[in-house]
This record gives sequence, structure tokens and C-alpha cells, in this order.
Amino acid sequence: MTATETVSASGLQAQERFKKYKKKSQFRTIWNRLKKNRLAMLGLIIFSVILIIVLGADLAFDYEADAIAQHLSQRFKHPSWQHLLGTDQYGRDLLARVIYGGRISLFVGIATICVSLTMGIVIGASAAYYGGWVDNVLMRFTDMFLAIPHTLMALTLVAALGNSMLNLILAMGLSNTPRMSRLVRSAVLGITEQDYVKAARSCGAKDSRIIFRHILPNAIGPILVQATQTVARSVLTISALSFIGLGISEPTPEWGAMLSEAKSQMRYHANLAVAPGVAIITSVLSLTLLGDGLRDALDPRLKN
Amino acid sequence: MLRYIVKRLVMIIPVMLGVTLIIFSIMDLTPGDPAMMILGEGATPEDCAALRVEMGLNDPFVVRYCRYIGNALKGDFGKSYRTRIPVFQEILNRLPYTLCLAFISIFIAVSLGLPIGVLSAVKQYTIIDNAAVGTALLMTSMPSFWLGMMLILTFSIRFKIFPPLGVDSWKCFILPAISTSATSMAALLRMTRSAMLEVIRQDYIRTARAKGASECRVIFRHALRNALLPVVTVVGMYFGVGLGGAIVIEQVFAIPGLGQLMVNAIRDKDVPMLVAAVLFAAIIASLINLVVDIMYAYIDPRLKSKYVVVKIRRRSAS
Repeated sequence: MTATETVSASGLQAQERFKKYKKKSQFRTIWNRLKKNRLAMLGLIIFSVILIIVLGADLAFDYEADAIAQHLSQRFKHPSWQHLLGTDQYGRDLLARVIYGGRISLFVGIATICVSLTMGIVIGASAAYYGGWVDNVLMRFTDMFLAIPHTLMALTLVAALGNSMLNLILAMGLSNTPRMSRLVRSAVLGITEQDYVKAARSCGAKDSRIIFRHILPNAIGPILVQATQTVARSVLTISALSFIGLGISEPTPEWGAMLSEAKSQMRYHANLAVAPGVAIITSVLSLTLLGDGLRDALDPRLKN
Repeated sequence: MLRYIVKRLVMIIPVMLGVTLIIFSIMDLTPGDPAMMILGEGATPEDCAALRVEMGLNDPFVVRYCRYIGNALKGDFGKSYRTRIPVFQEILNRLPYTLCLAFISIFIAVSLGLPIGVLSAVKQYTIIDNAAVGTALLMTSMPSFWLGMMLILTFSIRFKIFPPLGVDSWKCFILPAISTSATSMAALLRMTRSAMLEVIRQDYIRTARAKGASECRVIFRHALRNALLPVVTVVGMYFGVGLGGAIVIEQVFAIPGLGQLMVNAIRDKDVPMLVAAVLFAAIIASLINLVVDIMYAYIDPRLKSKYVVVKIRRRSAS
């Protein structure tokens, strides 16, 4: 009896020791640090709530009837139980338009980051991995693109491609690519000389496998932070472009386009201009908080 | 030092050519026939073809690009498709408004962002710091054109202090400049704060304190001078951001600057006007960046000494 007890006790001990020394995954460590950062968690919660509201919009509203169709007898209604934020100059429910606008802004923002991440990873990682003339040529091109201010670049691309949502995504993604490739390059650069990369190469792994399986997972930290911040900035740029009449236009509800419409009504109907703005601030703020928190969690040294 | 400046000035030439090439080729891909646009919908195909030959639109891309560069060096950026007046003239008329706006806004950003950033680092985690950082966070999350609309709502419509539109007096520039500067000010504040916080923990600051230097001297002479280095580069970068922001802000406040020119050119598909306008904005942004880089060399003794040493070595060798 005593023997079994000692066996189970030593087994327990071994388990505990195993737990103590078991290597936690990188994401686990980051998540644990992020959990302690109250502002970052606030950002994450707000952003999740926004996502849920935006995705579940169809439960409360009908896109065609509430956000697009015009009800001219209902123009400029004050907030009431029927229309929580009132109605705009075409009698459309403001709340419904703000929510559906979020669907478009966030979708374009996230699609943008997908485009610039893909391009940025391909360009940045190959520049850092192959070095030499590949690096030189790619980075000189990137420098040229970086010389053009970001908003101007997006504006020129949308103007050239024409107004549509797909073109907007392409334009925004391309104008974010140079900065992203720069970042990926600097994140990858330190890793290419690591021993495990050499080991993988000596095992005969292909370049693509080394880059995607061995290097990128170890460089993902700064890329993730930049991605979060880029989504936040993209939401701002999209609204700015739509505001000056590029990108997404009426009657599609988009925050910038709604503000542009509200500008002419501002003197008497200020609430039309306030609501989309507050929506932009809330979503950008939550993403910024999350991005800052991620940065601190990835590199605790930076947090003072 | 002169060598560094000359080197930087020479390096700007390929960048300029690259910027021109990028913008020119993007615009070249735009669908639509320029000849058709000039002559209008009612033009016959023969007229269009004749005009295309006359304008050299049938030449290969490289030929057209080289011709554009050659003409641009002579100050000829083509004629507007719509108004047929030289593009260069129109841009020179508009440029002062945009530049004025961008400079005032960067001035506001520096004169508010820097001191508040320093203050917030010195008083870390106090109410002042939290308020400053919170405001900065809010400002970075705000579209500048929306801030402009809200400023009009408060100061023009409610209190009637500033005019909401136009460029008639200096008062007209205050609200647009504030709204343009918000983003850069917030970024500068955050940057200064984190740079100061990093410097304040260094050993030489403790040494300075131990020597009995006054707090004021420690902060401004020992800490700020070192913290300023990363901040200066940000100022140059944010000039470009300010220029981009000014383009949107001009739409809010009806300022007849470069931004309005661009938006109108896009609406009318006026390609030469748009290419030249974007080109000018990009070139100004890179020139300002260059000036900031040169200033940086003056501030950073390490960079300065690098070039001074080279000079001395050369003298002794010869």
C-alpha cells in the first residue's frame, strides 16, 4: 500500500515538474501577458462587440428596407424608439446605416491588410532571405514608393483604377505594401542566420518551406502588431477617401460617405455628422488599444 | 558636413525620377482615351485619331515618359484637358494655400506635442500624464476631417468665432490647421514621451543629478537633447502625412488648394493635372524629408563626427 502511494506521489511530482518545464507555445505566453493589460483587453472587448453587432445586423434590420430605400415622408426625424438615432435626409434609419457602414469599413480594412500582408510577406521575406541584389532591387523600389505620402498613393491608385469596393481594397492594400515589406524584411533579417534555419537547410528543406515554416512563425510578432495598426489606419483612410468622393459612394452606407452627405446638413442636423464619426473613433480606438497592448505583450522591455 | 549634404542632394534625384515613373505609369494604366476626353462625346473617330497623333499618344510608353521628363525639367507639365491652361501655372496658384496649411499645422503639432510630451514623461502616471496620453490616443483615432466638421459646428455655427469656409483672412486658417495638426501632434506627443522615458532612465541622467544639476537643466540639457533625435525624424515623416491630410481638410473648409485641384482633376479625369499635382506634393514631401535629415545630421554629433573624421583623414593623407 505504501508502495503504491509513493509511486503515485512520485508520478504526481513528475507531472508537476513536467508542467513547470514544459515549453509553453509563443501564443500562450503572449496571450497571458495580454490578459494582464487592462487597456488592451478593453480594446479587444470593444472590437469584439463591434464585430458581433456588425455581423448580427440582419437580425434587427433589413439592409434594403432600412439602409438603402428612401422614405421621403420620414426625413430628419429626431431620435425616437422607432429610430434610435433618428433618420437622415432621405428618411433612412441612421442607426441601421451606421451599423451596415461598419460592415463595409471593417471588411475593406481587413481585406486591405490581407492584400498588403501577402504582398509584404512575399517581398519582405524574399528580400531578407535571399539578400544580395534581390534585396537591393526590392528595397530601392520600396524606397521610391515610400517617398510618396500614403494618402496620396491611395488616392492616385483609386483614381486610376476607378470607383468600386474591389478597387478600393486593391488600392489601399498596394499603398500599404511598401511599409509592410520593410517591416517584414527587418523582422526576418535577424532570423535567417539562426542555427535552426541552417539546420533546416542542411536537412534539404526547400526555400519556401524554410521561409514559411521556420522563419515566419518566429517573425510573426512585429508583423501582427503592424497588421493591427494598419487595419486601424485603413479604416481612417477609407473614410477619408470616401469623404472626398472616391472609393465607396452613395447610396451604399459607408462612414466617410455618410459624413460627406451630412456636411451640407450640418448647420441644422448635427446628429447626422456626429454618429458616423463616433463609430469611426470607437472602432479605430479599440484597434489601436489592442495593437499597443500586443506590442507591449510581445516586447515587455518596451513597456515602462 | 558639406559632403553629407551633397550626397543627400544627389541621392534625391533617382528618388524623384522613381516617383515620377510610378505616378506616370499608374496614370497611364487608367482606362479612357485622352483625345476623346478633350474633344468631347460628339467627336468623330478621325478627329480623335488625328489628335492622338498630334499629342504623340501612340508612341511607346518609354518615349512618352522621357518626353514628359524632358518637358517637366523645362517647367512644362502639359495642359489641362478641361481648361487648356498650362498645368504648372494652375498648380503654382494653388500651392501656397496647401503649403501654408501644412506648415502651420506642423508648427502647431511641434509647439504643442513636444512640451506636452516632455511634461507627460516627467510626470509619468499622474493625472496630467494620463490626460495627455488619453487625448493623444483619441486624436490618433479620429479622422481629421471629422474633427474639422466638429470644430466648424462648435466654433463657427454655435459660437461664431471663426468663419467656417473660405480663405479671406488669417482667421480662416486656424480651424483647418488645428484639424490637420491633430494626428501629427498626437504622434509627436507619444513619440516624445516614450523617447524621454527611455532617456530619463539612463546612467548619465543619474550622473547629472548626482553632480547637483538643477532638475530643469537635467531635463532640458541632458535628457531632451538625446530624446529629440528620434523625434526629429518623425517631424519630417509627418509633414507628408500632414500634406495628405490637408488634401482632405481642404474639402471641408473649401480652401482652393492642391487638394481641391486633385479632387476636381479626378472627377474630370484630367490626367495631366492630377499627375502634376500628385508629383508636386510627393516632391515637396521628399524635399522636406531631406531638409529634416540634414538638420538631423547637425543635431546628432555621432553623424557629424563621422564626416568630420573623414575630412581630417583625407587632409593628413594628402
